[in-house]
Amino acid sequence: MTHNVKIASVAAFLAIVFIAVPVLISASGRTDLYYTLTSVALLSIASAGVWLTFYIGRINIGQGAYALMGGYVSAILVVTYGWSFWLTLPAAGLFCAAASVAIGLPILRLRGVYFAMVTLVLTEVARLLALALPVTNGAKGMVSIPLPGALSAFGLIIIPDFATLHNSRLAFYLLAAALMVACFAVVYRLVHSRIGKLCQSLQQNEELASSIGVNIAYLRVIAYAVSSFFGGVAGAIFAAISQSIYPSSFTVTDSVNFMLNCFLGGLGYVFGPMLGTLVLYFGWDLLFQTGQFQLLIYSTLMIVLMLFLPNGLLSLAATTRKKG
Amino acid sequence: MADLLEVSALTKRFGGLVAVNNVSFSVREKEILSVIGPNGAGKSTLFKLISSFLRPTSGQVRLKGERISDLAPHIAARKGVVRTFQETTIFKNMSVRENVIIAHHLRSTASLIGFFLGTSTAKADEAAFGASADDILELLGLSSLAGEIARNLPHGHLRALGIAIGLATNPSILLLDEPFAGMNHDETMRMVAMVKRLRELGLTILLVEHDMPAVMKISDRIVVLNFGEKIAEGTPAQIQNNDKVIEAYLGSEDEAIGL
Repeated sequence: MTHNVKIASVAAFLAIVFIAVPVLISASGRTDLYYTLTSVALLSIASAGVWLTFYIGRINIGQGAYALMGGYVSAILVVTYGWSFWLTLPAAGLFCAAASVAIGLPILRLRGVYFAMVTLVLTEVARLLALALPVTNGAKGMVSIPLPGALSAFGLIIIPDFATLHNSRLAFYLLAAALMVACFAVVYRLVHSRIGKLCQSLQQNEELASSIGVNIAYLRVIAYAVSSFFGGVAGAIFAAISQSIYPSSFTVTDSVNFMLNCFLGGLGYVFGPMLGTLVLYFGWDLLFQTGQFQLLIYSTLMIVLMLFLPNGLLSLAATTRKKG
Repeated sequence: MADLLEVSALTKRFGGLVAVNNVSFSVREKEILSVIGPNGAGKSTLFKLISSFLRPTSGQVRLKGERISDLAPHIAARKGVVRTFQETTIFKNMSVRENVIIAHHLRSTASLIGFFLGTSTAKADEAAFGASADDILELLGLSSLAGEIARNLPHGHLRALGIAIGLATNPSILLLDEPFAGMNHDETMRMVAMVKRLRELGLTILLVEHDMPAVMKISDRIVVLNFGEKIAEGTPAQIQNNDKVIEAYLGSEDEAIGL
């Protein structure tokens, strides 16, 4: 793709997300779609994190743990310590990143299915911790979390108090979409810089990578920390939207879904997790009309997709472009 | 000539098995030294010990007087001891040129954050790596294959790519693990010429090898291992006439044919 085409497609994407969608929704009056699309944006941020761990050659089924952790960190800081939501957002991300360094140092030595199993357990451990710790309020969860307050700097209000807004759904949508754009921009830049090549070298052969002087342990932990940061931030906003968080807010199913989003969109494409999340989320909702057959049809479709499109939906676009 | 690499009293035990037992020798600057020995003599273990992929049970390896055993492999590489692999170990899904560019990692002056932000140092690094990679590919006769995805390369070129990756790290000493394995006569002779050319460029080379004719042709000196112990050291001519070596290589066969 030439430079101009790239800029044009980014501009088109931003126009759709920030202008076309709000205009269409207000014209149709389907404001419930805001909530759906906000969820898609947030889930795709968490999935982008998972995608990044795939990129260093690790199957990560533990993103739910960090989403839950981020949600609780934000909720506790807001409710118990009276922090502004806007401060808790980076705090939640950084807390998750720090936790993932401590957890990642030992477990990232594992490869393949062994790493996958440990991360799967991680989600369950996070849920049990949320049940058991005194600070998380156990099974009752944290409820009535206030909406994000105003964010101001140098006396200027940058973001107004969500509680005073006529349409807080739109505000959350814009927040989630902006963060999604920022996160994918970061991942895109990572992948297309030398760091991306280093990550690929880990994915393809760790022994060779260390023989050419790459500090593989360090690089793995960095990638995992960025991944968990994304999970934490997404979780924190989810807690703020639903104004509550429970131990069951993110479960093993969510962790598996984050991974499926990556598979569905395509592991070879930065924007794979975004498309995967969108398709999976709406696909699941559409299948709701089939009632008791929902899960059956859904899983059959997933198997067929994996068989015939092992490189994800975006590989379709890539092949047509090559042919044309 | 000064000693570049010094192996002293190196021992490695795996449980009850002593794979390498009290082996000492040194590699001089700009020489080609080969380690040979029958199957199971401990060559591969010795190789991994020197490249820090294994930690010795006792003894040590020194590069220019500095101890490098017990370091992580990537730190040993940074100090200048770089290995190639016996198997065709490459970054399969990258192009040949990308393989060599990524292997310039140790020469980067920019930080990871610098590369992320695309600072001018990072851009200068990238340009320098690209130019250097082209030189290395030229040297090893891989220029015409630069854009090829590495997994599609034929066998002989894969071995050359492995060496190109090693060269890109700018090593003080390059360790080659069985560079002639699985090659026919012509390929072997080409590889012999290539390794000699590397030495002319100022590299020191230590190789572990099975192929006796190639070793005799290429080496300045040879170290012979048997059952984990060093049984001889010397020039190819000395080794060829060493009774212990002849016994190690032929002894078992003599018994087998009833002599």
